[in-house]
Amino acid sequence: MQMVVWKYLMHYGKYILRVQKGELCTAFFVVLVLSRCTTLYAKEVSTVPQIAFINSQIESVWADAGVEPGAQATDLEWCRRVYLDLIGRIPTVDEVLRYKNDHSSDKQSVLVDRLLGEEYVREYAKHWSNVWTTVLIGRDADNRMIDRSGMRKYLQNAWESNLPYDQFVEELLTATGDNADRDEAVDFNGATNFLTGKLGDGALQATAKTAQIFLGLQVQCTQCHNHPFNSGVKQNQFWELNAFFRQTRALRRFDGGRRVAWSELVDEDFAGQGGDPNEAEIFYELRNGLVKVAYPVFVDGTEISRSGLLPGALGDGTPYGINRRRELAALIRSDPLFPKAIVNRIWAYFLGYGFTRPIDDFGGHNPPSRPALLDGIAQRFSEYSYDLKSLMRWIVLSKPYGISSRMTSGNEKDMPDSGEPPYFSRFYVRQMEPEQLYDSLMVATKTNRAENIDRQDRWLSQFVMAFGTDEGDSSTTFNGTIPQILMLFNGDLVQEATSLDQDGFLDQVIVSNRKNQDKINALYVAALSRWPSSIELRYANQLLLARQGRVKEALQDIWWALLNSNEFILNH
Amino acid sequence: MNGRRCRGLACSETNRRHFLSHLGGLAALSTPFASFANSLLANAEDLKKRQKSAILLWMGGGPSTMDIWDLKPGQATGGPFKQISTSVDGIAISEHMPMTARQMHHLSIIRSMSTREADHQRGRYYMHTGFVPNPNVEHPSYGSVIAHELADTIKSLEIPPFISVGGGSVAPGFLGAAWAPFVVSSQGNVKNLESLVPQERLASRLQMLGAIENRFIGEKRGQLPKDHREIIGKSVQLMTSSQLAAFNVSEEPASVRERYGETNFGRGCLMARRLVEVGVPFVEVNLGGWDNHNNIFSTLADQKLPDLDRAMSALIADLADRGVLDNTAVIWMGEFGRTPTINGNGGRDHWARSWSAVVGGAGFSRGAVIGETSLDGREVISEPYSSQDLMASVLRSLDIPLDTTFRAKNGRPMKIANGGQVIPGLCS
Repeated sequence: MQMVVWKYLMHYGKYILRVQKGELCTAFFVVLVLSRCTTLYAKEVSTVPQIAFINSQIESVWADAGVEPGAQATDLEWCRRVYLDLIGRIPTVDEVLRYKNDHSSDKQSVLVDRLLGEEYVREYAKHWSNVWTTVLIGRDADNRMIDRSGMRKYLQNAWESNLPYDQFVEELLTATGDNADRDEAVDFNGATNFLTGKLGDGALQATAKTAQIFLGLQVQCTQCHNHPFNSGVKQNQFWELNAFFRQTRALRRFDGGRRVAWSELVDEDFAGQGGDPNEAEIFYELRNGLVKVAYPVFVDGTEISRSGLLPGALGDGTPYGINRRRELAALIRSDPLFPKAIVNRIWAYFLGYGFTRPIDDFGGHNPPSRPALLDGIAQRFSEYSYDLKSLMRWIVLSKPYGISSRMTSGNEKDMPDSGEPPYFSRFYVRQMEPEQLYDSLMVATKTNRAENIDRQDRWLSQFVMAFGTDEGDSSTTFNGTIPQILMLFNGDLVQEATSLDQDGFLDQVIVSNRKNQDKINALYVAALSRWPSSIELRYANQLLLARQGRVKEALQDIWWALLNSNEFILNH
Repeated sequence: MNGRRCRGLACSETNRRHFLSHLGGLAALSTPFASFANSLLANAEDLKKRQKSAILLWMGGGPSTMDIWDLKPGQATGGPFKQISTSVDGIAISEHMPMTARQMHHLSIIRSMSTREADHQRGRYYMHTGFVPNPNVEHPSYGSVIAHELADTIKSLEIPPFISVGGGSVAPGFLGAAWAPFVVSSQGNVKNLESLVPQERLASRLQMLGAIENRFIGEKRGQLPKDHREIIGKSVQLMTSSQLAAFNVSEEPASVRERYGETNFGRGCLMARRLVEVGVPFVEVNLGGWDNHNNIFSTLADQKLPDLDRAMSALIADLADRGVLDNTAVIWMGEFGRTPTINGNGGRDHWARSWSAVVGGAGFSRGAVIGETSLDGREVISEPYSSQDLMASVLRSLDIPLDTTFRAKNGRPMKIANGGQVIPGLCS
């Protein structure tokens, strides 16, 4: 480990030792240390117009609600938060110290720009590929028509190249080709995996998920009847939207065996259920048994050609036909809900709550809590060429993202988990996603930083519980309950992270020629991005005593406790 | 307890007490251990008499109840299945449920369930909680409510009070993570129970962990850090409990396992019986695969109903033989029924307007049929009953007072079972 790191740890160790010896009043000293860590909100940042907009809107939310926002999070709290949220893992010791040693006034925006820049582009893309894999195809790995690694490969590339969001969605909606990247694949397109698993049963899932994810419209109930609460969506609209997917087929491909080896997404002429390809209709059934007809009509009422034929030209050059999915992608891109749905999703991702609950339901029955703020960011985002990194930058550098997660008398009535709208007057503590935990444990272990997605997926699959319906929905046991605690107490990942294997992080700390005190500090910074408190040091010293000179074991025990703590697993 | 289950921490009560004694200094984590000494005093036989439990057989996907409990032979909507008589005069059920038919005198059918939620997610939530989904409140499910209400009567319980076999249940809502379902696979493997280090070291690790947990909680960062500490206490208790053996269905004789069926659901039902016997107040066993939009009749006749029939009949018979059925409510239901109209793919679609649920045991009537549907099965022609009414009846059968009121996180009072009414004739 670098010298500078150790100098820093030793320096801080002295502070805390002095506190312990009672040379100074503990309380006074804690205040002093804390105040040294607190960031002043950098002037430079608030002059970015989009950030200034968010700040002024949020300030009026606070004023209207009569809440006092909490203090700024400390430097190191904010640093841990932004690593977890932007690149999906906690910072390493080096990264923590590098940020701590930066005394410039624009250190926040410098760090954000670094995390969004070339240096971290692979980790950034891996993290967002995890997030979007879950959004697009869920966590249930059982669907044979989906190739998860193909989906990831596509997403990794898309996020590494910072594909503008509107283009990203167009690629997902119009993709054709093989869904898996096999050696001999000439036509691999991982984006196809969004649809390959959703075309069964007349593409019901494709219809429902497309509307839900990209427009925030919950149409799945309207498959069978008009929506009971949302007067905005009618049964005919479900089927008219569904008609856009009827030229699309996912073909099963076999590798000699009986199992589906991969699938291929193709567009084909659609003759219509009545047999006339120029008027290619579908039929659906009302509750009372009456059968109705539907042609492709977008949710805003825009009709496209009824032809089921793909584009082509007659002998005399007269063009005919239409690609329904391409038309759909264009209509979705220009819909006013399109930027709002993604801004709401990204805002909720960073701040814990969106402007609607659930975040993907914008029906008339469920108005957003802060329409001016949501619409304002959405408008700026679309003006900014749907650049997701800009959107993230605005949000993580805004005031609400930088507030401490502590409750104060001024913001204790801000309780969104009681059903009230969120005021964003403190940072809402939340549990890491399982992928964030996995990558954070990898950082804290440093045994194997080589990315192994298959291993990650196998590890994740233990938390998935399928509900046994045709829609393939599932829940997770990674929810803060006993199985999760047991996994971190006794499971193989933590066993690895706390092992004394050579070259592991713990081993590096142990074999270094440093005082025990500094070793304990190093473990704290690695796991929690902070130094131990005096009480914690007392416990740690008791542990050293109890192990009767077996320092390795004692440090291993402390490391285990750190990785199992609420402070480690929670994003705060 | 056999050797495989003895995982280093709880091989004997002496060891266990020794281990727990190490935790004395850890105030925040010690609460579960304080009750341990008390639990030794509890008389198991006495508990068995007083302890009420419930088992929910959850049919994920929405089973076609008109092909199981309320047949319409000779009707266009009726499908090909025939009726058979049961151990109760005048009650006939599907020919594919012959073994359950012989247990009918322990069960009652409600043929007049009528609900409005025909989407899987919404239906699952509604039937589990008695409330329709609401974006602002998360309601507790059956298991959380019943575990919460009955937990005080079982001080000796060391394993979680709400166990879900095979997943598929609904969250504890505003009752909090302590009442969340503990999900196990039907193999009964509770993963990661074995400590990485010997007792003494685990004890000092927990002391250190307690210091970190308590510091963070002291910084007032809301409910999650506190919940985490509480679940740690429960997890440690579980790791050291001899009651874990209840999960191990392979301890049962082969003949018993055979009677339940060597299926996930069969093993789940057998595990439910074992869990109820050690005092677990609520067990949910999930059997999915009822979302039969295609080829419903062959799927039911060849797969779903034989598995269900074998396991359900064995469970009811066993509970009755062992004298625990009188204290154990059994509930069979899914999120809704299926359309009387048979669709073009030989399947039935989602249908909530008229369907059946089945109950038995505890304070329920035996061998009763409640309500009636029209000849074609499309309408309930007697008084219709809702999820709330069924839930109120289940609570009554367990002697849980229906005037119980919870307070949601926003301070709003919430009546237990959403104010549902006990279904007349269903409780004895």
